[in-house]
Amino acid sequence: MKSDSKKPQDLKQAWIDIFGYIKRYRIMFLATAIMSAVASMLALLGPYYLSEMTDLIQKGLSETMDIDSVKAIGQTLILIYAVSGILTFLENYMMATVSQRSAQMFRRDVSRKMNRIPLRYFDQSSKGDVMSRVTNDVDVLGTQMNQCIGSVVSAITTLLVSVVLMLFMNVILTALAVAIAVLGFLIIKLVAKRTQKYFRAQQKDLGAMNGLVEEQYSGHSVVTIYAGQKEAMERFDRINDSLGVSAFRSQFLGGISAHLNGLISNVGYVLICVAGAMLYMSGSITFGVVVAFMIYVKLFTGGFSQLSYAIVSMQSVAAAAERVFTFLNYDEMPREEEKIHMDTAEGLVEFKHVTFGYDPDRPVIRDFSAKILPGQKVAIVGHTGAGKTTLINLLMRFYEVDDGEITIDGIPIKELTRDQVTALFGMVLQETWLFEGTLRENIVFNSKGVTEERLDEVCRAVGLHHFVESLPQGYDTPIKDNDSMSAGQRQQVAIARAMIGDPSMIILDEATSSVDPLTERLIKEATDRMMDRRTSFVIAHRLSTIVDADMIMVMKDGEVVEVGRHGDLLRRGGVYSDLFRSQFEVSSD
Amino acid sequence: MNILSLLKGSHWALIVAMGVFITIQVWFDLEIPGYMSRITVLLNSEGSPDAILNEGVGMIFCSIGSVLCSIAAGGVAAYVASEFAKILRKEQFKKVQSFSPEEMGRFDIYSLITRSTNDVTQVQMAVARTSQLVVKVPVMTYIALSKIATGSWEWTEVSAIGIIAIIIVQIFSISYVIPRYRKVQWYTDGMNRTVREGMTGVRVIRAFNAQEYQNKKADDANDALTNNNLYASRLMAFTRPFNGVVQNILTVVIYMIGADIILASASGEDALLVFSNMVVFSSYILYVVSSFILLAHVVLGLPRALVSARRIGEVIGTETVVVGGSRTEPEDTDVCISFKDASFRYPGSSNDCISGITFDVRKGETVAIVGQTGSGKTTLVNLIPRLFDVSSGSVEVCGANIKEYDLDALRSMIGYATQRPVLFSGTARFNIGYGTEGCTDEKVWDAAKVACIDGFLESKEGLDTVIEQVGANLSGGQRQRISLARAVCKRPEIYIFDDTFSALDFKTDSEVRRNLKASTKGSTKIIVSQRISTIADADRIIVLSDGRIVGNGTHQELLRSCEIYREMAAIQECGGDTE
Repeated sequence: MKSDSKKPQDLKQAWIDIFGYIKRYRIMFLATAIMSAVASMLALLGPYYLSEMTDLIQKGLSETMDIDSVKAIGQTLILIYAVSGILTFLENYMMATVSQRSAQMFRRDVSRKMNRIPLRYFDQSSKGDVMSRVTNDVDVLGTQMNQCIGSVVSAITTLLVSVVLMLFMNVILTALAVAIAVLGFLIIKLVAKRTQKYFRAQQKDLGAMNGLVEEQYSGHSVVTIYAGQKEAMERFDRINDSLGVSAFRSQFLGGISAHLNGLISNVGYVLICVAGAMLYMSGSITFGVVVAFMIYVKLFTGGFSQLSYAIVSMQSVAAAAERVFTFLNYDEMPREEEKIHMDTAEGLVEFKHVTFGYDPDRPVIRDFSAKILPGQKVAIVGHTGAGKTTLINLLMRFYEVDDGEITIDGIPIKELTRDQVTALFGMVLQETWLFEGTLRENIVFNSKGVTEERLDEVCRAVGLHHFVESLPQGYDTPIKDNDSMSAGQRQQVAIARAMIGDPSMIILDEATSSVDPLTERLIKEATDRMMDRRTSFVIAHRLSTIVDADMIMVMKDGEVVEVGRHGDLLRRGGVYSDLFRSQFEVSSD
Repeated sequence: MNILSLLKGSHWALIVAMGVFITIQVWFDLEIPGYMSRITVLLNSEGSPDAILNEGVGMIFCSIGSVLCSIAAGGVAAYVASEFAKILRKEQFKKVQSFSPEEMGRFDIYSLITRSTNDVTQVQMAVARTSQLVVKVPVMTYIALSKIATGSWEWTEVSAIGIIAIIIVQIFSISYVIPRYRKVQWYTDGMNRTVREGMTGVRVIRAFNAQEYQNKKADDANDALTNNNLYASRLMAFTRPFNGVVQNILTVVIYMIGADIILASASGEDALLVFSNMVVFSSYILYVVSSFILLAHVVLGLPRALVSARRIGEVIGTETVVVGGSRTEPEDTDVCISFKDASFRYPGSSNDCISGITFDVRKGETVAIVGQTGSGKTTLVNLIPRLFDVSSGSVEVCGANIKEYDLDALRSMIGYATQRPVLFSGTARFNIGYGTEGCTDEKVWDAAKVACIDGFLESKEGLDTVIEQVGANLSGGQRQRISLARAVCKRPEIYIFDDTFSALDFKTDSEVRRNLKASTKGSTKIIVSQRISTIADADRIIVLSDGRIVGNGTHQELLRSCEIYREMAAIQECGGDTE
């Protein structure tokens, strides 16, 4: 996390947004604030009664004691403390509920939001950034949001009420107590400012340390082979030394400000004692007032430091909220109503004068037209980074065309909902995506009503059944993301997943580029079976897999430069034939 | 291993000093109520303001003394903690640097990163804060108790009840809360994993209309996390006010009992003594109570630090298996690399990963290794720079067993481009020149040209082109080419390319290979690949299947003699037939 992320752009707006967001808990929120105020007031009444009690007892030293009144006050006090304790408990309990529930709401909305924002967002922003919004920022909201509200309310109540009560008892001592508290507050603020500086330095050093360690550990093999340890050790030592210094300073100064709190409160205590004693001797106050003030001065100085901590955490909550709301307010894909009923398709796909650019000012596909007949196999080829995935992005409506249209069975895909469009396709990507769960869950995924027979059938078709049989728990064997499954097996799972829903059309995006030739052949058999009689789109690295395609689209620098069959393209002697030759020439020099 | 043994004598001396400071500080703290009681007596016996002021000065002196001592103790603790953290980080980093991939695998990288960073911070916090409390709590309890030993029996009785109530509630809540606290991390990981899954699989999820499916998973993880946290924080919502209420009520009850005693006391003098004792007792008993509450903090804080300490100890205490020898110079022989009946199995595995591998590579020869995924190709080449050590048999480089070589000396002979390219954040110059002694820009450019990455770099900022962590701003092919250039830049005697061409398109692939051939004449090359076209022109091709050599010869020979090779070639060249 960046150290400057602690400061919000607009503190007030962020808090208005938070209150707007937690609508459902607003009443509870208000109730906690009120309870917090009442509880602090009651806690402040304590010393007042305690002083009366002390006075009565002290009077009993020289005269007869009014033991009944002492007992009565004592009972009142116990009642006050008990009620204040119960209120504090209720307040804490509700606070815990509101903050945890709000965090839950935030987490839920952020993870749902991920499903509703355009793919463009994910292609443009870093995963780490989204992750940190969902986890760190929401955590900050959950743990600090209500705590700081509670603190602010109780600190302000404490400050106000104790001043009033103190004034009621004695003006001179009140002035003294306030003066001590304010002076102490200023001193602590000064120390805290320096602490903040070292704390930021420590965060920065920690970040640098994390970065270095992560990089060195993940690149461990290369570091080892290239004997990079010494170089890394030098960098490490530099960061480690700097971190040692900043950690010491921030810890030390942070400790000092806590101790200063204690000192101020003690000095206040002594000054109140001495001043109180003198006032008592002069007969202007009772001894009980001195006792009460000794407690008030502690509460009062404590209120000040509580307030300053609360303000800091209000700021970090606002900063976190800002980051979460930015994400939650990101433009969503428009909601769509189903206009046309379409479950399956023949597979007639047409690109009509399609123009598109990731940056609208720089179209990468210009006025592109093509007609794909049902059951045809279309291959999309080109160099690494030539934009082969673009056409698929448009076809699946992951991105919208800027101009022109794409139709399926004559129906423009814009007329269909995105869900309808994607439901027509079965898709296998180069990066096989497996999640933590059983093998069955990974294959069946979102398909409904899959029978055991269907599962067996599909696994046999993709050549997975031997593997399944070899597993101790069969389909119910848990899969971990980096588990011992080979790249080929993972790919077979991905293909099975695509097949099991019996889609109308197929998209294979470099489905076999990370496996060896023998495995590739196995997978090819599976995919061939899947593509049989279905319109299919194949992005391929190895041209050997697509020479039999009905249509080959050759892309270069994001544009479709050639369209045709293998033989025609080869004869044309253009980009495709270059590509093809480079692939199959056994270098002869 | 016990990580405390890494502390030096001077650190222990400082810790003892910290204990002394804390003891003095507590003593000062506990003197204060004594002054207060004397002031009380003076007030009641019409003492002069001067006498009161004297006591007041003493009291302020005690407060200042207390603060100075606690600042000193805090400073010492912070210093020892930060020094200790430095040592722990350094020892771990050094240790991990000396690890072989086997040990890396045993821990897994993310766990190692956490151990080097978060776990150290946990221990540092414990040393800086908890260690002070560990000393403070018993000292405070002892001194405070000894001060009120003269108090009335009723007071002691009431206080004991209060303290026992607090202890019971603390034990109760701690025993329920600690398991929940431990689980927080676990549930948080679960939530994060679901989110990460949702992000990495965003295309698949949308392609399968599985948004609801994913939502349900996220909701489950979210609910589990929320319920766990709710339970813990609701329980704590009870504990905190309870402690406060007990403390306050205790004071009131002591006063009420005091009133009774005063009422019953015979003389005015006795009554005055009871009165001042009462004020003293009620303030000391608060110290005792709060020390028990502090104890709860220690109990809550320590387990986490202890777990961290154990995890750190595991890393530092690991014995590295790969240890270098002393040889720095190779023998002058014609055979560059020689595998002699080498086998390797991963620890804990019951099967050899590769077995009975025997072959020689002569100086200047180019040998290719092909085979199916999982046939042991990478394992085999990893044995050469001793990333792993053979389980049986041996590997020789330039006429000497590789175990005789000094590790740096052995590795300096090898330029290895790994299967998964590793990039460091920094400039292109740093990444390509990494590990090359006396590297110059010229050497780097030469290497970049060979790897066909010079064009790309020229279009950016040349050698100053910034490469982000793990090469996030580069394509897969560009990453592979940088990694290749790094191996070339080193100009080693032996090159190892482990499937380094897979992300390159075929045109670039063939161009890079042409350049390599021209620029690495005389060097020995080992190329691992799945593409027959990449390796068909090698001097010799070794075919691996299930960890054994099933073919060893030239492309033509293998086409005739090796079934598996023929099959692989046939699949890959099926396109060639139509030409």
